[in-house]
Amino acid sequence: MEWETVIGLEVHAQLATRSKIFSGSATAYGAAPNSQANLVDLAYPGVLPVLNGEAVRMAVKFGLAINARVARRSIFARKNYFYPDLPKGYQISQYELPLVAGGAVDIVLEDGSTRRIGVTRAHLEEDAGKSLHEGLAGLTGVDLNRAGTPLIEIVSEPHMRSAKEAVTYLKKIHTLVRYLGICDGNMQEGSFRCDANVSVRPRGADKFGTRTETKNLNSFRFAERAINYEIARQIELLESGGKVLQETRLYDADRGETRSMRSKEEANDYRYFPDPDLLPLEIDQMYIDAVAATLPELPDQKALRLMSEYALSGYDAGVLTASAELADYYEVVVRDLGGHAKLVAHTVTGDLASLLNREAVEIGDSRIRPAALARLLARVVDNTISGKIAKDVLEAMWQEGREADAIIEERGLRQISDDGALEQAIARVLVAHPGQLADYRAGKEKLFGFFVGQVMKATAGKANPARLNELLKQKLHA
Amino acid sequence: MSELYARTVAELSQELRAGSVSSVELTRLFLARTQQYQSELNAFITISADSALEQAARADERLRAGTAGPLTGVPIAHKDIFCTRGEKTSCGSRMLANFISPYDATVVERLRAAGAVMIGKTNMDEFAMGSSNENSFFGPVRNPWDLTRVPGGSSGGSAAAVAARLVPAATGTDTGGSIRQPAALCGVTGIKPTYGRVSRYGMIAFASSLDQGGVLAIDAEDAALLLAAMAGFDQRDSTSVELPVPPLHATLEQPLKGVKIGLLKEFFDEGLDRGIEQCIQTGLSVLQAQGAVVREVSLPNLPLSVPTYYVVAPAECSSNLARFDGVRYGYRCEQPLDLLDLYQRTRSEGFGAEVKRRIMVGTYVLSAGYYDAYYLRAQRVRALISADFERAFHEVDVLLGPTTPTTAFELGAKTSDPVTMYLNDIYTIGANLAGLPAMSIPCGFVDGLPAGMQLIGPHFSEASLLNIAHRYQRETDWHLRLPSRFT
Repeated sequence: MEWETVIGLEVHAQLATRSKIFSGSATAYGAAPNSQANLVDLAYPGVLPVLNGEAVRMAVKFGLAINARVARRSIFARKNYFYPDLPKGYQISQYELPLVAGGAVDIVLEDGSTRRIGVTRAHLEEDAGKSLHEGLAGLTGVDLNRAGTPLIEIVSEPHMRSAKEAVTYLKKIHTLVRYLGICDGNMQEGSFRCDANVSVRPRGADKFGTRTETKNLNSFRFAERAINYEIARQIELLESGGKVLQETRLYDADRGETRSMRSKEEANDYRYFPDPDLLPLEIDQMYIDAVAATLPELPDQKALRLMSEYALSGYDAGVLTASAELADYYEVVVRDLGGHAKLVAHTVTGDLASLLNREAVEIGDSRIRPAALARLLARVVDNTISGKIAKDVLEAMWQEGREADAIIEERGLRQISDDGALEQAIARVLVAHPGQLADYRAGKEKLFGFFVGQVMKATAGKANPARLNELLKQKLHA
Repeated sequence: MSELYARTVAELSQELRAGSVSSVELTRLFLARTQQYQSELNAFITISADSALEQAARADERLRAGTAGPLTGVPIAHKDIFCTRGEKTSCGSRMLANFISPYDATVVERLRAAGAVMIGKTNMDEFAMGSSNENSFFGPVRNPWDLTRVPGGSSGGSAAAVAARLVPAATGTDTGGSIRQPAALCGVTGIKPTYGRVSRYGMIAFASSLDQGGVLAIDAEDAALLLAAMAGFDQRDSTSVELPVPPLHATLEQPLKGVKIGLLKEFFDEGLDRGIEQCIQTGLSVLQAQGAVVREVSLPNLPLSVPTYYVVAPAECSSNLARFDGVRYGYRCEQPLDLLDLYQRTRSEGFGAEVKRRIMVGTYVLSAGYYDAYYLRAQRVRALISADFERAFHEVDVLLGPTTPTTAFELGAKTSDPVTMYLNDIYTIGANLAGLPAMSIPCGFVDGLPAGMQLIGPHFSEASLLNIAHRYQRETDWHLRLPSRFT
């Protein structure tokens, strides 16, 4: 049987406010355990929550960015359950009336087509603390620094049909929240994480299959693997005559598998009810307009602009707008270089990107600043060096923190464009390889590349590739 | 002039400022009475002699420096539901019997700033759940008018302490009548302000949408003095209202001519003691004599108050009390085997029977499948009750009726039947559901036991209630009567 996968995601994005959603404690990551937990976070008797206006502003910003309805009136509700990292015994969240509802984002699928993924709702809530097990033999510690950190939970419609699509959507949301400056997107620190609802059904069926919810996927790679694991598991189960149980599962990154956490029967009854300590959150159009005025250029708009302004492909524009910093970087290089948009795009998304990737550095922290990269590419444009040599110079710039020109001069990397020097090199190569020359002339034209390689080798890669091609052709056919 | 211990806050304030007595002397006097009668009344959970005398010494400095306000140097007590920095704050529960609060409630902070001297923390029903003060982990409080009877609850310790003049005034909280009912049963004046008038920050929550801090005092004038110091917006409590508090003291003497009083028809039911009804009728004539106009008013949904309350209040309590889990503070069971055992034993051992009953009821009414039938329905009825009150206040300025159906009952008389106990609050719960200010003032005695008259006003009408109560008290002396044992 052919199966169709149905995926919906719940993304938790920590809002980048300085203080917590209902208390004045700081939200910085990595502080000593419980050093950022005050009486409100510790749920001391008698304390009360006070809503952080900045968290509301950020959530509204998100709502506007996905063209959602921003509710004039939304309600905070208590989600009741017992756990040591939940000091009040309930999490303050939004249930029946969320702040944001009915939005959408567009993702580009592998075949280049666009799919609109609906966002059912995005609501404000507080994060829980953390349980600590390391270094506490036989004991569990509780760190409440994270307790009360503001989150928006972004719930998608079940509109995704593969793990790849789900990750594309996840990346899109990730890009968006960072553009908006409302979340640092740091997945390792848990600032951005997601739960995946996955089900499968026979292709063409109109009813959804039974879904499982896999929790706490904190990297794109894990999300993709976990979803794929879950799809395979469910299909195998169904094909062997079994049934998928509605349950919550946990992804074990070490083993690359999901395993059952609790079944539907064991699921908590959260006993949601409106939190009587907080008044309904009421906002007016003036407020919404004021927030709208602070929206930056969003990824989709930026990509369209890059395509029209720099004649970039949709793919390049998409890659370059994955973060606002990357797009900014790109635009500065193009400006400094005075054009050559495609060359810049190629370098930034190619050699520079792999360098950054290797060094695990964000574009904003790149050791090679845009102006320095523009000066390097200027040497490619004016034929001082080839694109291939430029890659080596880029590497050296990264390692040594020096200017392109200094490296080119010091290492004598200037490209050989002088016909005399090139002709000499070609002549030597042809003399040294009479057999190949004969074969070529007998019709084995594939050997052209061989001769290019030999000349490049002889000139330590400095031969101007375009000129070399022309001259070599002349000589071979002479 | 009466003995010093029997004076009102206003009178003591005058003596202090005249220099005829110091705060340290007054504090010693009331501390001595508190200690003397503690074994009989059990009105206090904590008596803070040392810190009280330190506060009194500082108050005396302010009095000498001429920077004293009307409450500076006056000894008072706080219900043990208010967090007091560095002092035990037990809420009448084993769960918090070892809890030393690291901070002051807003009410405590404001009264401290006003210079009031706190001599201790008064006994109460556990987590303010009860109408007889028999649900305290620290043992029942006894009614100063008859030691075999209950003082009412949950602010029973505060009511008994004021009735026996162990302090001239005390704070209380009122979720379904917990200030007014004990005030009535002990023969003192009690006011529950409008919901949102007094900050709930630092007041340990029972039912957040109903809880409101207030005052138990000898008379309306003292209640006005204390309330003026306690009330007002607090940014730490999102439900506190950002409205200025009018000068409550300034309007006490306003004549009552033309004031329209609505006699609450539903309160004069078959459950009402005839003696109390008689007291109310007599009290009414005192007000009519001053020009007040009386008419009967009906609030048809009011009889639904008790069932509505016993859905809403337990629902909120079941969630509010979840934080008492043995993890961070308060009681923790011995040698828990695992997390579940820690929760189960801590909460089984730390909470008393009535608290557990309400947590279970509350958990039930919020459960999936029952929420609509109970909680949502109760909220709809609550809205109907509020609407009844609103309609009534189009016709009259204030509603009047008895505070309780009976006078103080014997200890143990109702402990085996919670529903009978709950019906004790039948007249008081409506004001909480609608968030309205309400008072109870002494209006006579039935067989030697005090009766209370209740006034309920529109939102933020504390000044009018205090005005009516004060004019009534100018013509009567029920509030000045003192049980002979304590003279």
